[in-house]
Amino acid sequence: MELASHVTLAALGQQTLVGLSRTTILFIVSSGLSLILGVLRIPNVSHGSLYMIGAFITWTIASAIGGSAGFWAAMALGPLAVGLLSLAVERGLFCRLYEREHLMLLLFTFALTLVFGDMVKFVWGSDFRSLSVPHAMQGSLTVLGLPFPRYNLFLLAVGPLVAWGMWYLTNRTRIGKIARAAAVDREIVAAMGINVSWVFAFVFCIGCFLAGLGGALVAPTQNITQGMDHSLIMEAFLIVIMGGLGNIWGALLGALIFGLTDAIGILVWPQFAIVFPYVAVVIVLFFRPRGLLKSVW
Amino acid sequence: MLDIQGIHTFYGLSHILFDVSVTVGKGEVVCILGRNGAGKSTLMRSIMGLTPPRQGRILYQGREVAGLKPHLLCRLGLGYVPDDRRVFADLTVGENLEIVAMSPRGGDGPGWTKEAVYEFFPGLAGIDSRQAGLLSGGEQQMLTIGRALMTNPECLLLDEPTEGLAPLVVKLLAERMAMLKERGLTVLLAEQNQEVALGLSDRGYIIDNGVIRYQGSIEDLRANEEVRRKYLLV
Repeated sequence: MELASHVTLAALGQQTLVGLSRTTILFIVSSGLSLILGVLRIPNVSHGSLYMIGAFITWTIASAIGGSAGFWAAMALGPLAVGLLSLAVERGLFCRLYEREHLMLLLFTFALTLVFGDMVKFVWGSDFRSLSVPHAMQGSLTVLGLPFPRYNLFLLAVGPLVAWGMWYLTNRTRIGKIARAAAVDREIVAAMGINVSWVFAFVFCIGCFLAGLGGALVAPTQNITQGMDHSLIMEAFLIVIMGGLGNIWGALLGALIFGLTDAIGILVWPQFAIVFPYVAVVIVLFFRPRGLLKSVW
Repeated sequence: MLDIQGIHTFYGLSHILFDVSVTVGKGEVVCILGRNGAGKSTLMRSIMGLTPPRQGRILYQGREVAGLKPHLLCRLGLGYVPDDRRVFADLTVGENLEIVAMSPRGGDGPGWTKEAVYEFFPGLAGIDSRQAGLLSGGEQQMLTIGRALMTNPECLLLDEPTEGLAPLVVKLLAERMAMLKERGLTVLLAEQNQEVALGLSDRGYIIDNGVIRYQGSIEDLRANEEVRRKYLLV
């Protein structure tokens, strides 16, 4: 069979690693989306825009400072800037809508995607940008007899770190536990003396920070361009739906399925690679319509 | 301490409370008796700011508080035990208490801590790390009372604490509530269980269809069987 000739074990292993580094990005972005969805009960449509803005800001900072120091500073500051931007939007506008009907919030996040989209056009223009990794991250290592980019290995290390951070935040910190309580019963949390509005601000900010972090991490691996938000927000929503709404481990599982089917698909049937993750989504939802893990909705 | 003057409360378009006035003095235990759907919980929710009244005044320690947000009311010293328990089901027993911990106002006494709550409800002490959603009804009720105590309230709103619980648990809770009264806590208690309410309270109100039908001392209420039959018998 023609297909089988290039599907060696080594190639399969390597493609798995590629898939896992893609998974890292998808997980980071969709866990932020899922966090906001779970606690605030809002599908934040503008999440993808914040991811795009994260990539652009990271590029700007990295080019302004330059060199290896600039790259790492940008990796840290880019997501922080996105977090601050989201905090300003939340405190300035979004928090005034919490008491209105739900549809208003959804429409507002949609309006934000339009505003952010134009903002990117205005600030960065319509050219695409690219960010190169510092010297230490360039080149490849040989893994399983095939070259594997160093930067992807870095991504593979960041993924579990973020997952651990999310676990620590939601299970070990007071604000995280309050957020989990507020996800289920915000009224009683308020009646116990906790200002739920600030809890929401914190969660929204963390969620958007993760979108920005995803954008910063993806920046060196692809063209930074307008429209990079569109495909990602769709994927992120599918991942969150597949994993179970508001469940961070569901987002991890969903991102794994999405990232791996995509990478393996490219190997076994390149012409139709794009179809594989979506078929996976259909299969998962056919058997588990409410998602793989427990949804908080 | 708590002075509710002629409040009208609505759920959307439905008018639930009509010109309800209730007063609770410092250190008093006052009960609101009424059937299911009479408006007891709505009254509690109105006071706590969860369903603010559209008309009327609520004075707490002489201060107008109607329309304040629930978290501010809690910080002023109102403790709330909701009627359907509503523990934070995903969190452990200990976490349910820890996340709402608040230092006492003023500085009178050491205040409630998790350890103090476990001493008060020994039944909770052994299940610190159990998920609250998996507890029995009685344990959940102890937890919601303990949770409200953790906010160090001066006035506790107890909404049907004995509802749906076994007689033995009801007896235990009644004992604990009596202990809270001895400690000088002011309590507004909504109940269907007349025996518990009359046993604990200094004064009582009877509410029916959102209107206060009767008010008086506990002796008056005990003696007046006719009014109790008319408004409380199911």
